[in-house]
Amino acid sequence: MLTANQNEAQLFRDVRARLARLSPSDAAPVLSEIAQRVRRDDLQMVYRAGLGHLGGDFSVIDILVTLYAAVLNVDPAHPLAAERDRLVLSKGHTAGALYATLAHCGFFARGELQTFAAPHSALNGHPNRTKVPGVETNTGPLGHGFPVAVGIALSARLQGSPRRTFVVLGDGELQEGSNWEAAMTAAHHGLSSLFAVVDRNGLQQGARTEETTQLEPLAAKWVSFGWEVREVDGHDHAQLLDTFRRPGTTRPVCVIAHTVKGKGVSFMEDRAEWHHKVPSAEQVDVALQELSA
Amino acid sequence: MSQATQAAALHDCRKVFAETLIALAREDERIVAVCNDSVGSSNLAGFKAEFPDRMVNVGIAEQDLVGVGAGLANGGMIPFVSAAAPFLTGRALEQVKADVAYSQARVILCGQSPGFAYGELGPTHHSIEDLSWLRAVADLPVVVPADPIQTAQAVRWAAANPGPSYLRIPRTPVPEVTPPGSPFQPGRVLQLTDGNDVTVIATGTMVSRALQAAESLRSEGIGARVLNIAFVEPLDTAAVLAAAAETKGIVVAEEATITGGLGAAVATLTAQERPVRLRLLGVPRSFAPTGSTAFLLEHFGLTPGHIAAAARDIIAHASR
Repeated sequence: MLTANQNEAQLFRDVRARLARLSPSDAAPVLSEIAQRVRRDDLQMVYRAGLGHLGGDFSVIDILVTLYAAVLNVDPAHPLAAERDRLVLSKGHTAGALYATLAHCGFFARGELQTFAAPHSALNGHPNRTKVPGVETNTGPLGHGFPVAVGIALSARLQGSPRRTFVVLGDGELQEGSNWEAAMTAAHHGLSSLFAVVDRNGLQQGARTEETTQLEPLAAKWVSFGWEVREVDGHDHAQLLDTFRRPGTTRPVCVIAHTVKGKGVSFMEDRAEWHHKVPSAEQVDVALQELSA
Repeated sequence: MSQATQAAALHDCRKVFAETLIALAREDERIVAVCNDSVGSSNLAGFKAEFPDRMVNVGIAEQDLVGVGAGLANGGMIPFVSAAAPFLTGRALEQVKADVAYSQARVILCGQSPGFAYGELGPTHHSIEDLSWLRAVADLPVVVPADPIQTAQAVRWAAANPGPSYLRIPRTPVPEVTPPGSPFQPGRVLQLTDGNDVTVIATGTMVSRALQAAESLRSEGIGARVLNIAFVEPLDTAAVLAAAAETKGIVVAEEATITGGLGAAVATLTAQERPVRLRLLGVPRSFAPTGSTAFLLEHFGLTPGHIAAAARDIIAHASR
């Protein structure tokens, strides 16, 4: 199991404390800066390893950074604290985005990112909770994280705990039936502490979701399953932070975050081929420039 | 068969499963039961009556069932996830692998009515593949109690174990076969009879039948060593290898397919470490015909008579 560096953990606590005092619009520039640094690290990880899922990483990074840096009650030095908030990354193939976010939030040393996908690295192609602090359950096969998140939220209900649970889902992933089993269970129990965040980038591995097995009308589906639905720009940190800070009332909350696959790099944006394509050295240089602008 | 064995009362192990779970839940408020519309078939009505808040029924949704169990464990609860064995292990196999075993979530998977318990309902409802499937999943103990005593021991062991486990709870009525005070430990067999001519390794519902076979063999002057293997995984390799070394051969009996179950485990071990004559009794790679549980056990040769015949066959081959 990787562990936190005490100094970096303290830096993270300071950033969290500062962001907690800011309005969503004032916090947004700070979050945006962190997200760009996370994208740059992720890009270099994937280039170095020769594998990864940059398209989905870049669509979900703003969501993950907003949650870890400004919303979740977590302490990187105590990643298993009983009363922590939980985040389950159900779209486990975007482990690169998660690892880079966790490293920037002090859960383990940034230098560890260089081992991504190397033999015996803790940073496997899909996240492993027994090796990486901050990971709540092992995901990879799609449709797994949501039921687990429902169980986590139920545990909080049973214990009378105010802790919150977030599950981040890919949009293509919603084609897995297990998600809708979980959606029914959460609504049946009125798990208002549970947020399901859909990374709605519109693309799955090979094509658009609507050309594969259509998801629309997506918001209506969630409403009909008994959920409160909020739609936001998934790259607007102010919108994300505002909606994540507002607690649910009587129903679980689905946040449909409209995103762009490959967000931040012009030649990757909204292109299915960047689901798991690895950039060339020249492309890395161009991408780093765009992500530093 | 002795008078004592004939007179032995038969038990549905679901009863002691539920009683033990309720007793544990009274002691530990972290214990919850999770089921898939199976309050009745998992015999959890009593649990629900006493702990209505700690009875989570996700409805007919086995993937959700196992994932919710893993989430409850993440939140510090100790979930007993109970469902008919064929659906728990078949429908939710990937959740068992990824959410429970690989994630090392402290979930106790309780497979109810395994083997041919559902008799005439047919192969869709038989759970003869579960031992093979779950033996193939790493870091998951596979526990098959043989009687009410071991069922209670298994439930208590699993509740105290910090990791995941699979309990295969017998429904086919069985007599008590476990001597009072017997230990219940991972990776340890329980030797029920002494004997150096032949070994009978049995699990679950086959243990009482193995004892009956040993009794008839003894009347013929054949000493049969009966090993009750409750922990199919982790396997007691020392006891199996000792049996291979000290007796003329091993009969393995299980209410499961022989493709990958306990017999396959014994065969794999002995073939590599201590080759020995084997007879594997179980279900060949075929779907069962229509019939009651008793009919199917007879049909597939899972009776005391068939076990004894397999033992005699080993002895006959060894003396040639």
